[in-house]
This record gives sequence, C-alpha cells and structure tokens, in this order.
Amino acid sequence: MIRLVKRPAPSRAWAWATPLLAVALTVAAGAAMFWALGSDPVAAIRTIFLDPLFDPRYASYSRPQLLVKAAPLVLIAVGLALGFRAGVWNIGAEGQYIMGALFGAGAGLALYPAETRAVFPLMVAAGALGGWAWAMIPAILRTRFGTNEILVSLLLVYVAENLLASMAVGPMRNPEGGGFPGSRNLSRWDAAANGELVAGTGLHWGVVANGELVAGTGLHWGVVAATLAVIAAYVLLHRHIRGVHIRLSGNAPRAARFAGIGPDRLVVFCLGVSGALAGLAGLFEVAGPAGQITIDFNVGYGFTAIIVAFLGRLHPVGIVFAGLLMALTYIGGELASFTLGIPAAAIQAFQGMLLFFLLAVDILVAYRPVLSLGRKAT
Amino acid sequence: MDLSAISPALLVASLMVAATPLLLAALGELVVERAGVLNLGVEGMMICGAICGFAAAVATGSPALGFAAAAAGGAALSLLFALLTQVLLSNQVATGLALTLFGLGLSSLLGQGYVGIKPPATARLDLGPLSDVPFLGRALLSHDPVVYLALALTLAVGLVLSRTRAGRSLRAVGENHDAAHALGLHVVAIRTGAIAFGGAMAGMGGAYLSLVRVPQWTEGMTAGAGWIALAIVVFASWRAGRVLLGAYLFGGVTVLQLNLQAAGAAIPVEVLSMSPYIATIVVLVAMSSRRRRATAPASLGATFHATG
Repeated sequence: MIRLVKRPAPSRAWAWATPLLAVALTVAAGAAMFWALGSDPVAAIRTIFLDPLFDPRYASYSRPQLLVKAAPLVLIAVGLALGFRAGVWNIGAEGQYIMGALFGAGAGLALYPAETRAVFPLMVAAGALGGWAWAMIPAILRTRFGTNEILVSLLLVYVAENLLASMAVGPMRNPEGGGFPGSRNLSRWDAAANGELVAGTGLHWGVVANGELVAGTGLHWGVVAATLAVIAAYVLLHRHIRGVHIRLSGNAPRAARFAGIGPDRLVVFCLGVSGALAGLAGLFEVAGPAGQITIDFNVGYGFTAIIVAFLGRLHPVGIVFAGLLMALTYIGGELASFTLGIPAAAIQAFQGMLLFFLLAVDILVAYRPVLSLGRKAT
Repeated sequence: MDLSAISPALLVASLMVAATPLLLAALGELVVERAGVLNLGVEGMMICGAICGFAAAVATGSPALGFAAAAAGGAALSLLFALLTQVLLSNQVATGLALTLFGLGLSSLLGQGYVGIKPPATARLDLGPLSDVPFLGRALLSHDPVVYLALALTLAVGLVLSRTRAGRSLRAVGENHDAAHALGLHVVAIRTGAIAFGGAMAGMGGAYLSLVRVPQWTEGMTAGAGWIALAIVVFASWRAGRVLLGAYLFGGVTVLQLNLQAAGAAIPVEVLSMSPYIATIVVLVAMSSRRRRATAPASLGATFHATG
C-alpha cells in the first residue's frame, strides 16, 4: 500500500510541476467529460486551447480577447493571493467587483455629459474606493467582533447583486433608454471610456472610444493596472517587511503573534487591497468591455479569480500565466459552444475541476508517496 | 400595502417549508463540523442535490426516489471532498470552495434539458381529521413528509451526538484528532462518514428546493442557501437544537420578505430580497461578540496525518 512520508522541506521542483500536472489531468478529465456529452474530445480540447490562438478564422478576434478577459482575473487574483497567503479568506471579490463598477459608473454618470479629461481618473478612484469600502465591512467585523470573514464577504456578494439590480432599474437607468433597465453606455462616451489605448487616430489619452491602447490588441487600462498590480505585489511580497509579515502569518500564525505582528492590521490591509483591486477590475469592465451597468453585469470573475490565485500558486508571476490560461478557457469555451455545441456550463465545470486536481496533486510538494509492501503503516 | 392579506396560519406553514432545506443542510454540516471538518462546499452539494433529485423524480415520477437520488448525489460529491482533504491532505477551505465552484458548474451542465419542466408533486402527509383543526391543522399538520423527516432528524442527530458511543467518538475526533487517534479511533474513517452524511443531507436540502419549495429547476437556484446553512451552524454554537431555531428564524425572515413583496410594501423589492443575507450577517456578528462566542470544535479545519 502507498504511504505518505513528509518531506524534510517542500520540494521546489514539484512546486513548479504540480500546476502543469493539474492542467494535464484536467485536460484528460475534460476530454472524458466532453466525450460523455457526445462531442469529439480531441476536437473539443483543440477548439478550447488552440483554435482561439492559432486558427486564422478566429485568432484576430480571440487574441485581443485574451487580454480583455485576463486583466480582471489577474487584477482580482493578485489581491486575493495576498490575503490567502496570510490566512485571510476574502471570497467575496465578486461583490467588491460589482461595487467598484457601481461607484465608478456612478461617479461618471453624475458628471454626464462633461467632456473633460478628469472624468475617467475620477471614475477609477471611485471604483477602487467602492471595492475597498465593501471589503472593509468583513474586515471591520472580523477585527472588531471576530466574525468569520469567509461567510460575511460571501454573503455580501448577494447583497451587492441586489444593489446592482436596483441601480440598473432605478437611479442609474438611462433616461434616454426607453425604459429598459441598464445605464448609459460609458464606453461610447469618450471622457469616461476605458477604450483600447494607443490607436491609430489619437483622441484623449491616445484613446479611441471602444478602441485599444494598440488597436486590435485588447490592451485597455485594466491591462495596465493588472501589470502594475503584479509588479507591486511581487515587490511587496519579496522586498518589503509587510510581505514578510503576510507570509509569516500564513505559515506560522503563532510565531507571527510572538513576533508582534498585529493580525488585525494584516486583515484590514489584505481585505482592503484585494477589495480595491476587485473594485478597479469592475470599473475597467463597466467602462470598457461591458460598457454599462446592467442587471447581469457580473459574470463570475470574482469567483474564477480564486481558481486563478491557486493555479498561480499564490505568486504574482504565476498568477499572470494562470490568468491567461483561464481567459483562454473562457474564450475557447465560447468558441466550443458556438462551433461544437458544447454547453457553456461545461466550461464552468471544467474550471472547477482544474482547482480540484490542483489541490489533489499539491500533496506531492510536501509529501513523498512511498510504496510499502505487506506492512501496515503504524 | 395590505397586511391583512397575510394569513398567520399560512405564514407559519410557509415558514416551515422555507426553513426545511436550510435545516437539512445545516444539520449535515453540523455533524461534519463536530467531526472537526470544515466543508465550505455546502452550496455546491445542495445545488447538485437539487438537480439530481429533480432529474430522478422527473424520470421515475416518484419524489421519494428523487430525494434518495439527491442524497446519493450530494454524498458522492462530498466523498470527492473527503478524498482530497482526508487522504490527500488538502486545505479544507480551498477544497470546499472548489467543491462549490465545481458543483455550480456541474449542476447547470446536468440541468441542460430540465429548464421549464414541472416535477411530480410531493404528496402531503394525510393526517385525516387532524389536518382540519383550525389554525394548527393548516399551519403545522398539513405538510409533506420531508418537513417532519427534517424535524425527526434534528432530534436524532442531537441524541446520537450527545448520548451514544458513536456520537462521543465523533466529537472526540473533532475536539482532538491526535488524542482520538492515540485512543485507537479511526480518525479518517469517522470523518469520511461524517462528510458523506453532510453531503447526503445537503443534497436532500437542495432537492427540497427544486421538488417542493420552488418547484422547478433553474440554474443557481440555491442562491446562497448553502452559505446561510453554514452560518446557521455558527449561530447554533454547534448544537442540534439551536440549528432548528436558526433554520426557522431564517426561514421566517425569507417568508416575511416574500410576503411583504407580494403585499406591495413601500420598500423596494431589492432591499427586501437582500434582507435574509443581511440578517445572516447581523446574527453572525451578534454570535461572535466576545462575551457570547461559543467554542467551535477544537480541531475544526485542521489537517490530520498519522505520521507512522
């Protein structure tokens, strides 16, 4: 029978190899799932992972989408990973994402139809503030009353979804929208649009409304923010004392307390940062790809980002690769449902499976499987 | 607003119906947590139970078989969690989240062809003349069998945990798994059993939503009920009797807000719909204030590995 023996120190090689192994296992299990659904498994896997990048029919549309979809995932996951490392479980990023969009869009819509360069930066600040404030609710309840932040942050997602619905049909509804729910389209209003940056015809900020930093790349302000967040998180974790505190609190909470690290300040910091980043992701989405506040504005990036954070081994650089891969499954999944008729829900199950396999093979980092014959482990 | 349209007997009756899925799921999670395991996948197991039960009931025409299939589906999913956390020693918080995310995806995949179908009706328990007693008959004595099953299970779980040898073993594992292991208790087996029980109960809770409460299948129909069940366990300070109180309290909030919506209260619909979640948070805060904080099972959430 197979016994698990703890390694003297976690294996660095396996720490690199396990995410790749998990992806491979997920692809295999996914192929089996698609086969069970009655599709050609090879075609399905190729459509999801290769066609969006390499098939000339789809690549011109899909490649830019990769950055558009990866940006919010990476932005949120980087913040979540800081907390997960410190043992602070913010699983309500979806709610903070909604609040960021509501605050940001609200700030913008209040100034409509001003044509000044100040509108968009103001919206960005309001978006970050919205996400931060929403995350402060579980943070303060945890530090003041000891309430479990997992449950509070998650329950607040449902509150935020209801707020979103009431805003879309109430105060933020487009007065010229013929009574339909949904706000004005921000991406069609130059001063507020999070368009593609650096396009052929330069307008404000070198931005074309509904365009991109470099036309046809999907490069919008969210990508810039995600890149900055990754760099900042890397520096924080590896070059700054607060990063040491975060890692110590996660690995050895008692030692951290003896070292005089205030757990309360870390909770406020981690929830605050992840909330603000999720809020930013929401703002960039509402001012760009989504364009407007609608009842079904949120599509689950806040939850998928949890998978992204773990797949990236809670490391900022790893999260970039994980975010791109997860964005690819979104795009490939759309393509597969369009061309092969694979239901969209299959992709969601596929993403959940990835996290399962990841957690399952993670044991190889800290433990060594040993085959022992005949004798039962005592 | 016309409050007289709200009949007290019907209010109590619908309260019991609204509370039953929460009660089932929370009772299951109570047993899991008393064994020292934190399974955050209740929402995922509930929604898989909802679709498994719905599909089986539609296929066989029997709601009873539907509930059995839901219990089996929930338990199967929970055994995945048991494999990961008990054998492969993964982090329980992360694995529970994975279970919820996977369960939500899997359920909408399984539910592809079931949108818009009506399930076979679950018969009410016929108590003859008792169901005609004024008020009491209408409010308490004319429900389907699952409502009473949930109440009986509350009593059973409470008694088994406090009075039997099996219950004591389970609590020992939850309080100190190393000591329990030294005493010769099989920690992993006991925990796996508890996890499977929790999964079966969550699955039945989900099926109650899709077969009785709503009754139809829609994607994401549990809408956070699994998370509220988790909160009820904390509210109940890990005691079966208080789980009943918690479930009926939250059932009451849900029913009241639905009735206020129907009666056309001057409060916006969205504010009413978010009230159960806000009530849950408020109760969590009240229960966690230092004076009243109940002690959770000491080994809750900790990983156990018998180093040989």
